[in-house]
Amino acid sequence: MKPAAFDYVRAESVNEVLEGLSKEGGNARVLAGGQSLMAMLNMRLAKPRLLIDIMRLKELNRIEEQAGVVTIGAGVRQAALLAWPELARTQPLLARALPWVGHVQTRSRGTICGSLAHADPSAEMPLALIALGGEVHLRNARRRRRVAATEFFLGMMATARAEDELIEAVSFPARAGERCAFREVARRHGDFAIVACAAVATSKGVRFAVGGVADVPQARDWPRLDGSALDDALNGFAYELDARDDVHATARYRRDLVRIIGRDLVREVLQ
Amino acid sequence: MTRLSADGRHPVRFKLNGRPVEAEAEPRTLLSDFLRQQIGATGTHVGCEHGVCGACTVIIDGMLTRSCLTLAAQADGCEVQTVEGLAPSPDRLGILQQAFRRNHALQCGFCTAGILMSLDHYLRRHPAPSEADIRDLLSGHLCRCTGYTPIVKAALEAAAELATTTQEKSDA
Amino acid sequence: MAEAAVQSASSVDQNTAEDRPWVGRSIERVEDAALLTGRGRFIDDLGTPPGTLHAAILRSPHAHADIVSVDAEAARRAPGVAAVLTGEQVKALTSSLVVGVKAPVECWPIATERVRYVGEPVAVVVASDRARAEDAIELINVEYRPRAAVVDPLAALAADAPVLHDGFPGNLASDRSFSYGNPEQAFAEATHRFSIDIRYPRNSCTPIETYGVVATYDAAENAYDILANFQGPFSIHTVISRALKVPGNRVRLRTPPDSGGSFGVKQGVFPYIVLISAASRAVGRPVKWIEDRLEHLTASVSATNRATTLSAAITADGKILALDWDQVEDCGAHLRAPEPATLYRMHGNLTGAYDIRHVKVRNRVVVTNKTPTGLNRGFGGPQVYFALERLVQRIAIGLRLDPLDVIRRNLVPANAFPYRTATGALLDSGNYQEAIARAVEQGQLAELKARRDEARAQGRLYGIGFTAVVEPSVSNMGYITTVLTAAERRKAGPKNGAQATATVALDPVGGVAVHVASVPQGQGHRTVLSQVVADVFGLKPQDVRVNTEIDTAKDAWSIASGNYASRFAAAVAGTAKLAAERIAVRLARIAASQLNVEPADIMFAGGFVASKRNPENRIAFSRVAALCHWSPGSLPDDAGQTIRETVFWTPPELTPPDDQDRINSSLCHGFIFDFCGVEIDRTTFETRIDRYVTMHDCGTILHPGMVNGQIRGGFTQALGAALYEEYAYAADGSFLTGTFADYLLPTTTEVPEPQIIHIETPSPFTPLGAKGVGEGNCMSTPACIANAVADALGLADVTLPLVPAKLADLVRGPEPEPPTGQSKAAPTREGDRRLRGEGRASVNGAPEQVWTMLLDPQTLQAVIPGCEQVHKVSDTHFRADVTLGIGPVSGRYRADVQLFDLDPPRAVTLRGKAEGALGFGTAEGRITLEPDGKGGTQLSYSYDAAIGGKVASIGGRLLDGATRVIIGQFFAALARQAGGGAPASGISMFALLAKLASLFGGRR
Repeated sequence: MKPAAFDYVRAESVNEVLEGLSKEGGNARVLAGGQSLMAMLNMRLAKPRLLIDIMRLKELNRIEEQAGVVTIGAGVRQAALLAWPELARTQPLLARALPWVGHVQTRSRGTICGSLAHADPSAEMPLALIALGGEVHLRNARRRRRVAATEFFLGMMATARAEDELIEAVSFPARAGERCAFREVARRHGDFAIVACAAVATSKGVRFAVGGVADVPQARDWPRLDGSALDDALNGFAYELDARDDVHATARYRRDLVRIIGRDLVREVLQ
Repeated sequence: MTRLSADGRHPVRFKLNGRPVEAEAEPRTLLSDFLRQQIGATGTHVGCEHGVCGACTVIIDGMLTRSCLTLAAQADGCEVQTVEGLAPSPDRLGILQQAFRRNHALQCGFCTAGILMSLDHYLRRHPAPSEADIRDLLSGHLCRCTGYTPIVKAALEAAAELATTTQEKSDA
Repeated sequence: MAEAAVQSASSVDQNTAEDRPWVGRSIERVEDAALLTGRGRFIDDLGTPPGTLHAAILRSPHAHADIVSVDAEAARRAPGVAAVLTGEQVKALTSSLVVGVKAPVECWPIATERVRYVGEPVAVVVASDRARAEDAIELINVEYRPRAAVVDPLAALAADAPVLHDGFPGNLASDRSFSYGNPEQAFAEATHRFSIDIRYPRNSCTPIETYGVVATYDAAENAYDILANFQGPFSIHTVISRALKVPGNRVRLRTPPDSGGSFGVKQGVFPYIVLISAASRAVGRPVKWIEDRLEHLTASVSATNRATTLSAAITADGKILALDWDQVEDCGAHLRAPEPATLYRMHGNLTGAYDIRHVKVRNRVVVTNKTPTGLNRGFGGPQVYFALERLVQRIAIGLRLDPLDVIRRNLVPANAFPYRTATGALLDSGNYQEAIARAVEQGQLAELKARRDEARAQGRLYGIGFTAVVEPSVSNMGYITTVLTAAERRKAGPKNGAQATATVALDPVGGVAVHVASVPQGQGHRTVLSQVVADVFGLKPQDVRVNTEIDTAKDAWSIASGNYASRFAAAVAGTAKLAAERIAVRLARIAASQLNVEPADIMFAGGFVASKRNPENRIAFSRVAALCHWSPGSLPDDAGQTIRETVFWTPPELTPPDDQDRINSSLCHGFIFDFCGVEIDRTTFETRIDRYVTMHDCGTILHPGMVNGQIRGGFTQALGAALYEEYAYAADGSFLTGTFADYLLPTTTEVPEPQIIHIETPSPFTPLGAKGVGEGNCMSTPACIANAVADALGLADVTLPLVPAKLADLVRGPEPEPPTGQSKAAPTREGDRRLRGEGRASVNGAPEQVWTMLLDPQTLQAVIPGCEQVHKVSDTHFRADVTLGIGPVSGRYRADVQLFDLDPPRAVTLRGKAEGALGFGTAEGRITLEPDGKGGTQLSYSYDAAIGGKVASIGGRLLDGATRVIIGQFFAALARQAGGGAPASGISMFALLAKLASLFGGRR
């Protein structure tokens, strides 16, 4: 269980990263915290020709707050964000969801942007991005662009990032999730979610997002709902997610959790 | 830009438990294998090579790290700490290690190195942990022998002892 | 849930009183200092001889297939590669492993001609290092012809089931029936008959250190030197030497000083010992192989899964008169020695802790397309007690009795020991009634019941479960012959006993050294042996140095040697005591002559050999001990040597099966009584252990800390088996739990501290009165938790593991309907794991136009995802090399696509398969084209796809999504192609297909 051979570049500037990506395209992989990619390399699921290590780039290692918008660079580790003193004030949903990401020993290395790039349907960070309406900052050698969360995740482990693009940062809008709730059900503590749910109060009502069920996290915006109207909305959403069976849970179980946890969370944020 | 080519062997240097070490590695060489096979520091064990079991946990630049999910090349120039550096001297155990022995917190000892590293890292930063804190921390480790409770108890005892021996703590 | 329990964890005995014996005290372990400082010496920590090469193993992605061809040329030419061995080459160097029953069946450590389980070795690459060996593995092309697979033991017995081995017709390897007492009459006379059907799942104790072998073939002497983290039994040494075609004295099997856990599992390294030894012979160099975790989970060894129907004849007041066992044991694809031992290990104990005189048994052993089974902690106990103790709860419910009353009513009476069970076991000692009374009292059962009542009054789901089990230890090497008939046994010759071996030696300065053939894997044997021997010689444990490494070329050993069947405390430690006593008797004679007293007046205490009557009259132990080295001539004439004594000990109680098939399958029988309270979460259906009480009688306790450590460790593994762990297989034989993210071990946050209570009734059959203790909770706990969960949810049947989703399905009512106008959820698939779907849309352009495009080979080349080169076999048959990728996961595959049922321009079926390093996939799609009446076409598509092999094992959670992505890629490519060629009018073909693509794999 050893990786296939690859070249390794320890990038000393972002330009080097972009140059490498533009030359090698799909044969290159950006190595950040490595908590997903390295396991895939060891299992030989992934066999890139080139790894570009971005973790020595100080310019990518920044958490910035501007008028409430929080921008997290590609090199920011999950543990670093969790330890950021402004997190609970600016992005309470992230503060609640982050402790569910893996374990202490993986959060210490894994990055926020790496988790988004990996786009595991059960992962917490993509769910939070969808729930909060964040943006992914992409950059190649020629241009920068921002992609909204809903446009970024295309399918299981598939994103809108082009092969020559680096995820430079991710940003979460100001005041998003001021009133929020998060709950996750997994087989064991720290496992990938069977169902993870986030609810965020919006100006018109509530946004409710679910991870772990469909191929990408999904969100619905609802007005202030309660009673049977809420139950109907949740029921419809549960079915739309097209849940399926695997060794850890059945589709029905996942739909049940969406309905039950959804009701609790929506009520909690609408109180 | 330094590009280490796939088929070459390249020097990797870092400080291991405070002492400089150097050996050659291919880009794909994992830190766990590098420590064990190139440096001869076999105290760090390999249990799953996909980042779940925690046996290979080490500390790099103050960060808990699965050495099986890390390339040797990534550690170049870093400070690496492993189980070999925990004891104050070759014939003496540290406070945490003593607590493990007292509480029968190990049986086969294969997973122990990683658990010790997590606890050593954590207790330096959290001098008064609760049982829940310790259990949350150690949920990132698999042990098949002990049933965990003696490990949790050893950790809590060590924390209490470290808190009363600040001297020891500051130079441990 | 796991908090606040830490207080009860035991720690080191602080009492330092000199006059107490060391045995019975929780002293610090001699093993720990090295292990805590990174100086353990596990197999992969030891250096290898210069020139050692490294092996990697290519394994089957198929559960059942013929090997059509193996092309290893490219691999042989790859950098660093010394050799590639396939089944044929291994076969030429070895002979078949011994099969556990008499049948015309072979069992090789590598597939020959046919693969029978996912993960079966197909080729071994030997190269300069492991990474290069793995590089070369990827260059081997194996062509398989898949066969139908069978994974269920009862399905394997069906007349139309695929047959794995011609020598096992109907997949049946053994079918024996037994009758003890008069079960027919008992059933006829009983008031009630209760019955239960059990499916015990597959699981394994998965040590954190995997298998390791370093093998060196010595051509000069035609001999093998093998280092492996093998645990015994050393009866396997004979299997290895036979397979390597050399006499036993030419197989030197050594073990490293430390082993990272085993729990039985490392017995299963032996086929790899043969395989790697053969590789060493082929390359003429030492070869090392360290199993990786994926290999371990997929293909190391597993406990058996078992289908059991158990019936009981019951009196009106709940007394069990007779049992009727029908067990179908699933040993996987090969019946490797010592299987079917899992089935027969418990044969003497089929009545558990109960006084039941009439027993009927039918034991069948079947083979299925799963990993072969072997030793695992509990070994047959979990399977038996899950049926028996679940049935006892059923009886209680059926008769409206308290389950504990039914248990009590049937226990073996306290005055009946030693008690011969109906099936032949001789229960050595115990007082089950007293043990239960103490557990009920100290474990506060009354308070737990009040807790349950209170919880239920609040509408919570709370239940209590009980189990009472007998824990056998020190296996009779002859029990496995119960699988033979009495006539067959007579022909084969007797097999019985349990030789234990210990050597005690005194060095020229009076130091004491002990060696045993025990091979601990973390249990602390060295510490306990130092206590035992220190007591005999009146020394401190640190004065006694213990070595537990094995070298079969130099050490005393026998077939029963090793670390299994919980034999250490009862047999091995006792034998060390006997060896030390033999020397002590001689030392006493020597000392008596020097001190001028009678030998009977000699005692060993405080480092001296002294007169009991006058302790001041004494001589240092080291002085007496050294005498035999320095001055043998001055010893009393009849004293004999005191340099080294090796004792072989086998208990006379372990006799072979008698002509009525009664077998004393084990020497010792501990007793366990467990009860627990569990609560089930109403939302998630997760089971939380509220309290777990476990009472143990393991005879004399040698080291309380280690005994509790064994109990806690066994309890935790059993908790895993009850709630989390299963080696899951799909109906097609795909293995679904190939990583530690899929095969779920309990962690700190899932494991509570059990309340451990002891009672000691020493075994009269062992030198120290000790019995085994390590396996008991693996037998009792799964049934206890299941009984509690069944009680909480009011269920008659529960299946392990108690996965929340499964419990929810059993308890929840019908699901809310989807809102009107919304399609229902896709129907649940029938366990075959095939993913089905369909789509439709209208497109401009006549069907003829669309048809031409679909059948154009160039289109096909363009639409097969990642297609690099198409080889046209015929107009409707294509082969291609393709690269498929999902995110960073990509691999090269050989694809084969055929078109069937062409009905131009209306319909066509595409059938394809692809195979590569990451696994294989098959898909079939039917495309139909209908004119929409407006000059356009209505296109419908249905597909049916499955992926197997490595990706199924390690990415099971993501598999359906992955399949959809691939199909989505197919449509996206089709869309691109169509977009390029189709007339741009109205809705383009591109838009249509892009929409379809998004339906399958993309964003919604």
